[in-house]
Amino acid sequence: MTDRRIVTGLAILAAIMVACVFGPMLSPYRYDQQALDLLGRPLPPSAEHWLGTDELGRDVLTRLLNGGRISLAVGLVGALAATAFGTIVGALAGYFGGWTDRVLMRSTDVMLSIPALPLVLVIAGLVRPAPPLLVLLIAGLIWTAPARLVRADVRGLRTRDYVAAAVTLGAGPVRILARHIIPNTLGTIAVSATLAVGGAIMLESALSFLGFGVQPPTPTWGNLLNKAGPWLVSAPWLSLPPGLLIFLTILAVNLVGEGLQRRR
Amino acid sequence: MTARWLFGRLAGAIPVLVGISLILFMVIHLAPGGPMDVYADNPSVTPAALARIAEAYGLNQPLPVQYGRWLKAMIGGDWGYSIRTGRPVLTEVGEHLGPTLLLGGVAMVAALVLSVALGVVSAAQAGRWPDRVIGGFTLAGLSIPVFWLALVMQLGFSVGLGWLPSGGLQTIGVEAASDRLAHLVMPVTVLAIATTASWSRYIRAGMIAVLQQDYIRTAYAKGLGETTVLLRHALRNAIIPAVSIIALDLANVISGAVITEAIFSWPGIGSLFVQSMDGRDYPVLMGVLMMGSAAVILGNIAADLMQAVLDPRIRHD
Repeated sequence: MTDRRIVTGLAILAAIMVACVFGPMLSPYRYDQQALDLLGRPLPPSAEHWLGTDELGRDVLTRLLNGGRISLAVGLVGALAATAFGTIVGALAGYFGGWTDRVLMRSTDVMLSIPALPLVLVIAGLVRPAPPLLVLLIAGLIWTAPARLVRADVRGLRTRDYVAAAVTLGAGPVRILARHIIPNTLGTIAVSATLAVGGAIMLESALSFLGFGVQPPTPTWGNLLNKAGPWLVSAPWLSLPPGLLIFLTILAVNLVGEGLQRRR
Repeated sequence: MTARWLFGRLAGAIPVLVGISLILFMVIHLAPGGPMDVYADNPSVTPAALARIAEAYGLNQPLPVQYGRWLKAMIGGDWGYSIRTGRPVLTEVGEHLGPTLLLGGVAMVAALVLSVALGVVSAAQAGRWPDRVIGGFTLAGLSIPVFWLALVMQLGFSVGLGWLPSGGLQTIGVEAASDRLAHLVMPVTVLAIATTASWSRYIRAGMIAVLQQDYIRTAYAKGLGETTVLLRHALRNAIIPAVSIIALDLANVISGAVITEAIFSWPGIGSLFVQSMDGRDYPVLMGVLMMGSAAVILGNIAADLMQAVLDPRIRHD
């Protein structure tokens, strides 16, 4: 039995992803293609430009879909990196216990007790990172949640009979973790990964919205909103669509996460 | 015991704060660009004058020396002077703290009241339509980007309907309380929405766990009404796990309002932070960040302390 929320969420996500990946290929415009005769004033939606143009005569829909590629990629890769790192830390801490556990969990506690958001804002604001560094920053901020969840699971699984059996058979810790324990925590990992995707997309768009994330002319949903700010009143078609897409994407991810959580 | 525990925690916070200050100081000073860039394009500022300014602010010293000086002065209560305005950092921060605390305080009280109400109703009606409607709202509240919500509200309520001012603390020259209140409505709503959504989910989960316990059945069996059971018996226990999350979120108000303040031109700490970032105003940046860090650390300690106060079984020795 599949949860309706999972299906709905996945359908929305798939639609957005397909549009962002294939849309720019089908569009007659390039995302940085300026129309000199349209320079100076954004044009409202029309038959040629379905979502209008910006102040440089660039097609809004094409920029929106291109921006989605970056936003989704940063969100997905950032969440993946955070989940992978958090899983490793959590699995090691949970399996070995003792001082390994104390050291690793102490450092997660320190991570949680320092104001990470201002720190990331400062780094991003002063360095203006390219997408790869941005992914690292985002992952560095959100890995603690999967680490704690996975650790709790692994601590419970460590004492199971089949783990003892594997130890008796001479399997090393790496093999036991990879073959016997982590497969049993995939449910937890999946839930925290979906939450991480939502968090990463939100963070990227917030940073880019403040002008601290990915820099123009490369469009992302966040910096499209940033650039649309001055035109809020005279050209609302610039600011409404990017935010709506961020909202829909995160809503879809959260729907999937909630469905997964309810099913376990 | 609790006093000793508290003292230990506060003492333990000091090395953490020093460590954070070192990281922040290095990040801020090693980043490309600097406060002198403002003058670089100005032909009337001679290299000699540039050197004089740099010397006056100690910017020509090696980094470890600069950090040592800053730390010593900071401990002595001297936070330095703003490069942008020339005023003491403490004055700048102090002037901006009031509006942030006003905005954050009103938003957090609103979020607390709303989330308790929504969480309790949701749990009492679990699985039925009120729960589903509230669940839908909270899911949307968690998913909506605050900066976009703010723009949409400005577009609707300020530009379209003309009901509310689009930003600022008050209308210049108007001293009426109703004017201050009108300026608060949108920023408070934007700041409170995500918080309300997240808190009400914790309270709902806590309530559902508590409502299955025997003493709740006993309370009903004694003939108590539903309201009494929910609010006096269940909520007290259900709120304990939520309290630590609430305390941490409260600490984040100082740094978390950056986006809301920037959009609504609210003259608080968040706006000061963005302006200082643009102007590479190192002393102010350090001051704001250290205050935010201290708030988060204090929030952590407060969360643990409140757990012990609310649940006598938890002891800190």
